[in-house]
Amino acid sequence: MSTAPILAVTGNQAVAMAMKQIDPDLVAAYPITPQTDVVQQFSEFVADGLVNTEFVTVESEHSAMSACVGSASTGARTMTATSSAGFALMWEMLYIAASMRVPIVMTTVNRALSGPINIHCDHSDTMGGRDTGWMQIYNEDAQEAYDATIMGFPIAEHKDVRLPLMNMYDGFIISGAIGPLQALDDEQVKQFIGEAPTYPGLLDSEHPITVGPFDGLHGYYFEAKMTQQQAMDNALGVIQETYDRFAALTGRQYQHLMKYKMDDADIAIVVANSAAGNTRNVVDALRAEGIKAGAIKLRTFRPFPAAEYAEALAGCKAVGVMDRADSFGALGGPLYLEILATLYQYGASPKVGNFIYGLGGREIYPHDIERAFRMLKDAADGAELPKSRVYLNAKGA
Amino acid sequence: MATKLSPKIYVERKDRLSGGHRLCAGCGASVVVRNVLMGAKDYPVVVGAATGCLEVSTSLYPYTSWKDSYIHTAFENAAATVSGAEAAFRSLKKQGKIDKDYKFVAFGGDGGTYDIGLQSLSGALERGHDFVYVCYDNGAYMNTGFQRSGSTPLGAWTTTTPTGKVQPGKLQQRKNLTQIAAAHNIPYVAQASIHNFRDLISKAEVAFETEGPAVLVVLSTCPRGWRAEPSQSVEMARMMVQSCYWPLYEVIDGDYVINFDPKDKKIDVADWMKLQGRFSHLFKPGNENVVERLQTNVDREWDRLKKLASLSAGE
Repeated sequence: MSTAPILAVTGNQAVAMAMKQIDPDLVAAYPITPQTDVVQQFSEFVADGLVNTEFVTVESEHSAMSACVGSASTGARTMTATSSAGFALMWEMLYIAASMRVPIVMTTVNRALSGPINIHCDHSDTMGGRDTGWMQIYNEDAQEAYDATIMGFPIAEHKDVRLPLMNMYDGFIISGAIGPLQALDDEQVKQFIGEAPTYPGLLDSEHPITVGPFDGLHGYYFEAKMTQQQAMDNALGVIQETYDRFAALTGRQYQHLMKYKMDDADIAIVVANSAAGNTRNVVDALRAEGIKAGAIKLRTFRPFPAAEYAEALAGCKAVGVMDRADSFGALGGPLYLEILATLYQYGASPKVGNFIYGLGGREIYPHDIERAFRMLKDAADGAELPKSRVYLNAKGA
Repeated sequence: MATKLSPKIYVERKDRLSGGHRLCAGCGASVVVRNVLMGAKDYPVVVGAATGCLEVSTSLYPYTSWKDSYIHTAFENAAATVSGAEAAFRSLKKQGKIDKDYKFVAFGGDGGTYDIGLQSLSGALERGHDFVYVCYDNGAYMNTGFQRSGSTPLGAWTTTTPTGKVQPGKLQQRKNLTQIAAAHNIPYVAQASIHNFRDLISKAEVAFETEGPAVLVVLSTCPRGWRAEPSQSVEMARMMVQSCYWPLYEVIDGDYVINFDPKDKKIDVADWMKLQGRFSHLFKPGNENVVERLQTNVDREWDRLKKLASLSAGE
């Protein structure tokens, strides 16, 4: 167990601190609410000479990700941070970064996408980016965001992975609110992440390489995409190994999915990020009533640990999936679709409901989560769950 | 300032772009690349390219024409991509993680430079990266089939400014990228042309030796998009310079220097327009005024450039 002092920091401060300790070779970033503080704080470290990093103050997020790809293609350790519209502006380059297999580590502070323009938290940004080829790890609080940032490079740079990785946490709720943090000391971070591995790069004039070539009509695009999926498959193991190695250092053990009172659960909710805390509280309250409730907090979303979800949920009679983003025109929200597909493929058949919550920063109260659980309880007892979305705390709903 | 180089450099300096690339006969892009890279002397170079003819024709996987390290990521971001590589180089060098010196250059067509890539170029210039940005400017989006760009001349036919019953080709004047680049107060900006190799190499030398950003805007040819004879490419470029449509000049720390003044040998724009099918409709009755407007614009810009040059010379 860590004996480090407990600091009181915002989520953004925690991540900026992790970035300082990682001391990447290059950061290229553009400020956007609610990520702004990460960039500002990192600028102060640069201004005070506390990091060796070249900080490239780009004129847009598109250029941020472009510069990151250029940088990482030299072998330089490269980081960035963004939110919402900035993430959307990077879109084209997110796919390119992943397909060029550059191990960039990015913090994405979750915020709604316009319009109407809204600066508050939901997961529309990164849930929309789930197919870009980036690894995605969702974090509940400042501690998790800090820890995930430290674990970023060992995962992304692993020879069997070599994919970019994004870490998420909730805008304002976590990014701007003060919470407890046990930080590692600089030396521990240095040792944990180690030296950047060398791979063919632009700054080796003895061995010049062409990166980002044209696929033309010769047709290796298809096979290149297959190798990206292979790397994602490999990442599942590498991420867990890294979680375990981190646990040996800090005592904080992460899993792809964090189960809470799931062993004998009849009903369960799957939820990502900051709403997980209230979900656990509601589980406790229901347990006190004798209802066998449980919760699963999403952490690793890409790659998706399907077998683990199937195993965790197989014994449930009813499962609720809480989505803080929607997939308009689809059967339901993105996490719901993923869980539904998983259960079908693995032959598990609990009833599954989709609860959309928190869009544009709408409050989610324990009683909203309790309402979802009560519906699951009824379903477990024989009632039907709605086949369409249930909106939690929507006005007039 | 660009100096007149000896032709000897052609045997002394290695060619950094391999033959066998897929660019068309008469295309100016490879001429631009070969000559610009000769200006880098013996330095190792990291080359970036925007999506475009040059990119698709030189990096057809699993082949590459590039003898230096090369990166392409997308269309609108060659300057941003190379700025990341250049900043990473500075970081690694400062930390003692590498010891060799490198030069950085980004190539983009006029689409990737004047239009979709203008923002990322402007940002990289303002941030002061030590790199050379080269626009090979053939005046339209040739790679996607000859659509208009911000560099397409007034009156030109393109596939998005077709000559119709009510519109005689492109209705607008081209913008002046060279002066937009110069307005960033960067140390070196120059205009060059594919017909004058030594002038181009000399300017590239200055650009590579300049600390900080440098921009070269090079007139390039596209026989396909111009509806012209490939064998006429170099001659057309020469005539476009001779008419002062494309003056050869430099902006050195804000001072304008004209490298070539045709004086009484200045020719009319119509002389080279007649060689290019993209202007053929303008020589039919009723469109004379478009040619006149283009001539007037060219003359006015040339006069303004001469004033800037004499102001810079303290005259």
